[in-house]
Amino acid sequence: MTLSRALFALLAALAFSGCSHIEPWVKPYERENLADPIMAWDRDPVSTSYMLHVYESREGARGAAGATGGGCGCN
Amino acid sequence: MQLTRTARAIAAALAAAWLLCPAPSVAGVLADDRADVMFHYYDGGGVTIDGPSVLVRKKFAEKYAVNASYYVDMVSSASIDVITTASPYKEERTQYGLGFEYLRGKVTYAASFSNSKENDYDADTASFSISQDMFGDLTTVALSFSRGKDDVTRRGDPLFAEKVDRHIYGIDVSQIVTKKLILAASWETTTEEGFLNNPYRRVRFADNSPRGYDYEFERYPHTRTGNAIGLRGRYYLPYRAALQGDYRWYNDTWGITGNTFEVSYTQPIGDRLMFDAHLRYYMQNAADFYSDLFPRQNFQNFLARDKETSTMNSQTLGFGIGYEFHVPWAPFIQKAEVNLKYDFIRFNYDDFRDLRVTGVPAGTEPLYGFDANVIRLFFSGWF
Repeated sequence: MTLSRALFALLAALAFSGCSHIEPWVKPYERENLADPIMAWDRDPVSTSYMLHVYESREGARGAAGATGGGCGCN
Repeated sequence: MQLTRTARAIAAALAAAWLLCPAPSVAGVLADDRADVMFHYYDGGGVTIDGPSVLVRKKFAEKYAVNASYYVDMVSSASIDVITTASPYKEERTQYGLGFEYLRGKVTYAASFSNSKENDYDADTASFSISQDMFGDLTTVALSFSRGKDDVTRRGDPLFAEKVDRHIYGIDVSQIVTKKLILAASWETTTEEGFLNNPYRRVRFADNSPRGYDYEFERYPHTRTGNAIGLRGRYYLPYRAALQGDYRWYNDTWGITGNTFEVSYTQPIGDRLMFDAHLRYYMQNAADFYSDLFPRQNFQNFLARDKETSTMNSQTLGFGIGYEFHVPWAPFIQKAEVNLKYDFIRFNYDDFRDLRVTGVPAGTEPLYGFDANVIRLFFSGWF
């Protein structure tokens, strides 16, 4: 229970701090490598979702298998 | 259930925090317009599955995007479960999906719906997610929620009709750490309620018959809550190539704990070729109510002999190669790519025995294992 509360507080703080401005330590013009298509988490979504289905049908574990969204600074 | 309540509270609080934030002044970006057509093939353990898969996404006014998907599994099964307790069969599963995205500032709202249908299983899933870029676009946080409702029937048994209700809560955080390194963490909680076992699978129990055992239907708990935590890192190497490491921990109320490790490498060759390789290892322990051979009929309340709930591991070695090209007769396609990916998977079971072997005392048959070959051939076009 204590762990859950601590996790909640941490994530809530993270969420609300999204409203404030933080100076990025990797500037947009320094993200050339990160914006390269080879750095995408999921370059071929149709293939990735198929493989997730292959594993989930044959293994007991599931979930938390991939991040969606960007964060690559591609824009 | 405590974890479920905690997950709900966290998801609600974070969603509220996002909605209360003013829309940032700099806009995010939606993924490019793209269409994929894939043929997939799986062959392993007496099961062959193949079929097409199509995914198309298109954005409008840089603020809205829609996507549609179509997927077919054509199954021909003579698996060890089928051979030992039933007859080989063929069936088809078809899945349709439709999704919508709305970008407002740096916040992306996404909603999707999918339906999967086969002759004895019908599943509807609705999903909603919110993701936001923050901290100078170094961090992307996404919250997701899915609700699934399944109808389960059994061939040859018109009176059999069961349901499954499913909730999935997820949080993803992706973080730019340096100019060459991205890290990500995911947490997903899944709760299921209803008929959760395969209606055809049976357990075996010891008896006094000549072969030493007989069968009865499996009986699973009607609830299951699973938690998964995933950690990933992707690094841009000193030359133009990428290395990724993945780890996932999983635990559920059935007593299954699973660990997944994966390393993958991406190497472009020239301007047109892309090469991928990856190595994956998965291991799990058995569910609390699993046994390969129960001492007697109705030995306990819950009974499982499904190999997906046994103590097992799997190893995967995969390769992929992609070739980028232009289509001169279709100028609206900015670039196109053809990809061929192959995976070899070895499944090993530590407490699931091969009942095709007869003439030995029950419970002393050799342990089961099988190899699988998985192929994907797909064409992608960006327009």
